[in-house]
Amino acid sequence: MCLHRLICGQFEFVDSDRAEQFFRSGHTNNWAVLVCTSRFWFNYRHVANTLSVYRSVKRLGIPDSHIVLMLADDMACNPRNPKPATVFSHKNMELNVYGDDVEVDYRSYEVTVENFLRVLTGRIPPSTPRSKRLLSDDRSNILIYMTGHGGNGFLKFQDSEEITNVELADAFEQMWQKRRYNELLFIIDTCQGASMYERFYSPNIMALASSQVGEDSLSHQPDLGIGVHLMDRYTFYVLEFLEEIHPASQTNMNDLFQVCPKSLCVSTPGHRTDLFQRAPQNVLITDFFGSVRKVEITTETLSLDRDVAGFESKFPEEELATEPLKYAEQLPVAQIIHQKPKQKDWHPPGGFILGLWALIIMVFFKTYGIKHMKHVF
Amino acid sequence: GVGTASLALPPASLEAPGSVQQLPVPGRDSPVARAHRGLTLPTVSHYRLFPKALGRLVAALGVRELHLALTQGFWRTRYWGQPPLQAPAGAELWVWFQPTVTDVDKAWKELSNILSGIFCASLNFIDSTNTVIPTASFKPLGLANGTDHHLLRYAVLPREVVCTENLTPWKKLLPCGSKAGLAVLLKAERLFHSSYHSQAVHIRPICRDASCLAVSWELRQTLTVVFDFFSSGQGKKDWSLFKMFSRTLTDTCPLASQSKVYVDISPKNKEKELLEVSPAPTSVHEAIVQGDKKTYAVYDLLSPSLFNTSRSLNVQLKWKRPQDTEMPIPTLHAQRYVGGYGLQTGEICTLIYNTHPYRAFPVILLETVPWYLRLYVHTLTIITKGKENKPSYIHYQPAQDRRRPHLLEMLIQLPANSVTKITIQFERALLKWTEYPPDPNHGFYVGSSVLSALVPSVTAMKDMDVEQSPLFASLFPSSDGSSYFVRLYTEPLLVNLPTPDFSMPYNVICLTCTVVAVCYGSFYNLLTRTFHVEEPSRGGLAKRLANVIRKLRGVPPL
Repeated sequence: MCLHRLICGQFEFVDSDRAEQFFRSGHTNNWAVLVCTSRFWFNYRHVANTLSVYRSVKRLGIPDSHIVLMLADDMACNPRNPKPATVFSHKNMELNVYGDDVEVDYRSYEVTVENFLRVLTGRIPPSTPRSKRLLSDDRSNILIYMTGHGGNGFLKFQDSEEITNVELADAFEQMWQKRRYNELLFIIDTCQGASMYERFYSPNIMALASSQVGEDSLSHQPDLGIGVHLMDRYTFYVLEFLEEIHPASQTNMNDLFQVCPKSLCVSTPGHRTDLFQRAPQNVLITDFFGSVRKVEITTETLSLDRDVAGFESKFPEEELATEPLKYAEQLPVAQIIHQKPKQKDWHPPGGFILGLWALIIMVFFKTYGIKHMKHVF
Repeated sequence: GVGTASLALPPASLEAPGSVQQLPVPGRDSPVARAHRGLTLPTVSHYRLFPKALGRLVAALGVRELHLALTQGFWRTRYWGQPPLQAPAGAELWVWFQPTVTDVDKAWKELSNILSGIFCASLNFIDSTNTVIPTASFKPLGLANGTDHHLLRYAVLPREVVCTENLTPWKKLLPCGSKAGLAVLLKAERLFHSSYHSQAVHIRPICRDASCLAVSWELRQTLTVVFDFFSSGQGKKDWSLFKMFSRTLTDTCPLASQSKVYVDISPKNKEKELLEVSPAPTSVHEAIVQGDKKTYAVYDLLSPSLFNTSRSLNVQLKWKRPQDTEMPIPTLHAQRYVGGYGLQTGEICTLIYNTHPYRAFPVILLETVPWYLRLYVHTLTIITKGKENKPSYIHYQPAQDRRRPHLLEMLIQLPANSVTKITIQFERALLKWTEYPPDPNHGFYVGSSVLSALVPSVTAMKDMDVEQSPLFASLFPSSDGSSYFVRLYTEPLLVNLPTPDFSMPYNVICLTCTVVAVCYGSFYNLLTRTFHVEEPSRGGLAKRLANVIRKLRGVPPL
């Protein structure tokens, strides 16, 4: 196959001992967890950041079922939004990153540190629907993008709680021990973002941040019609970079590291690759942002059975009612007025009452002596 | 001027068994259950039209009826008239379960979790603190054989936001999605730029045909949007499909058996020729909707004559003469507000208006109040025309802190041409500091109260009219043509609770530690320190050396 030959071709040029480079990457599926942690209208840019990464990731092929999108507040249908159902990333309303086909999995008050850690580690209550779960396995490449307000060693969730870099590192270690990822790309766009990846210690993690410790990440440009800043600088230039990527591009991570130099971003973006096994120049952008599948073409054919008569006999006969059924009366006044009150179920007395009575009886017999019992019974 | 577009899409009912697609049928009723006389509902087993997500849900959890509505905005009855189908602001879910379900609360919790995944709404916040069991309202809208209210659950989430992420899965449930048919008009940017947006999903069992001996499942998806042209800067009251939705109809969904557009052209005050619709409708249809005779211009998209010249249909309405903005006041409408001042007590007042000149009718009022507003039922007063009005039926279930909300259901008789005022006082509770949401100063919502009434019709509806009534008017089954059933909702309330200063725990710790260290420490020192007089040291070097050695030994010095 062509793909096989390409890989073989490359194999000749690299060190022949490195058997792990035989496959460019060992992943079979892609997941993305995109989190915006800020509430309130003036944090519009954080929602726009997350939605622009969501849009790129969907465009490059990751389906909604493999994306867990967490938005801590609703900007599109916010009463203060002069253009409802839109979230813009460029001023003069050039690009609507919200779009018409968006599925938000965790909304509003559901975006909490606990829910985020549960999604990552998979320790989720059994009744959680599938769209809210990260069902990754040991061959999944996961992209985790977080944005919001942060500080040295923590990221603020919804102005009421925070997650520390130690917790995050431990969550990734749990994921590694449960083999919930093959490789993980962590991108964070907050103030002092580099502090969040300082404590990682699990293998196969690559991390990018928008600013170093002690620096603030700045926002890009306000739109005077909407009245708030639309994007953060780092994610704005990342979005422009990602707009050039298509599913077949061969751009690698080194290009992503160069995306926002200090002249454009004012802060210094940082990255960490020491935990990653492959060299960054061999890692394609589409390994994490896209869902590129290896397609194997086969010449076997499968014939479908055109005979459908067999299906009909399997379906059992429905029984029909003997007399016509009727709809319920919507407001049966007479029936309501004469409704009998519900019988209260009898519950045996609880522990407190039993304990109280036991105490009273014990005190009584202690005081008056046991010989009075025959008068009671 | 206001243009109302109410789209009721055709219901998808099960076809006769024998279609191509066959899926494993979930467990049928056991023979014992079949022997009983009851309503055996068919299991949904093929999904050509009925979406699989909902079909499996209904079968697995033993649901008999499901009604879910997501609404943004409030229907202004005085400006827009009687609503065709109203829903409360936020999310509303009410479900009737089948009698075979043993643990209804568990099934309810699972159902709300699964629906939150399907519709991208936070329905997983539905739990015992906002679920109630009404005893007289919310009778089943489908076929029913006995109504045991223990199988009913009702919950409303007034804080829920509705946006494109809720519309996207709603559109995906349609057989043709949003790619063909009437649903191509539904683009989020136009739909949410409106004063009122309500989307709903109703699943219920209905009669398969006129004889009503077999049962089918009906899925009804409704979307009600009110476009306000004055606020969007258009000024004139003429409207067209292109102006409202910024696109036109091009074709029909191949799976639809009927696809129609109804335009209300009822003459007001018996004046004709006030308005003009273009292009010419395929037919003009008169129907009795909500007790009144209305005339509709019908565009049947399946008729070949409609699309023969151009492939796009843009329905337009122009007013020939300037119209005044007065809509007829509906027979029944209500409003609700919070009275009082301060952060300790308050009062909920509900006003119900009956504007019929000579007919009185009863109305059921259902109020669900969260536990942190402690209602005082002894202060409940109902006053009509200056006199007290005693309800014929009251059901009150008090709240349990952090477990159950208040439930108040009353059947009140409304005299003709009257205003009824219902007031009840409450006290605000102090929550634990971890129970406040991240934005507590926004306030706390109290869900809308529900009014269910049989309102007398202006024009009586005969049986044959029931058969021919348009689809959007047939959700509420009518037993008697002289009155029609209506369910109205009042405004949700926004109440401020006494909110603590959330930086106080940190401040308290700092202050307490400082006080303990400085004051108590000094005091303790003062109490336990012993004082002794020290002599000035005299004497030579030897004496001093001896004193040092004695001190080291622990012996008093010389």
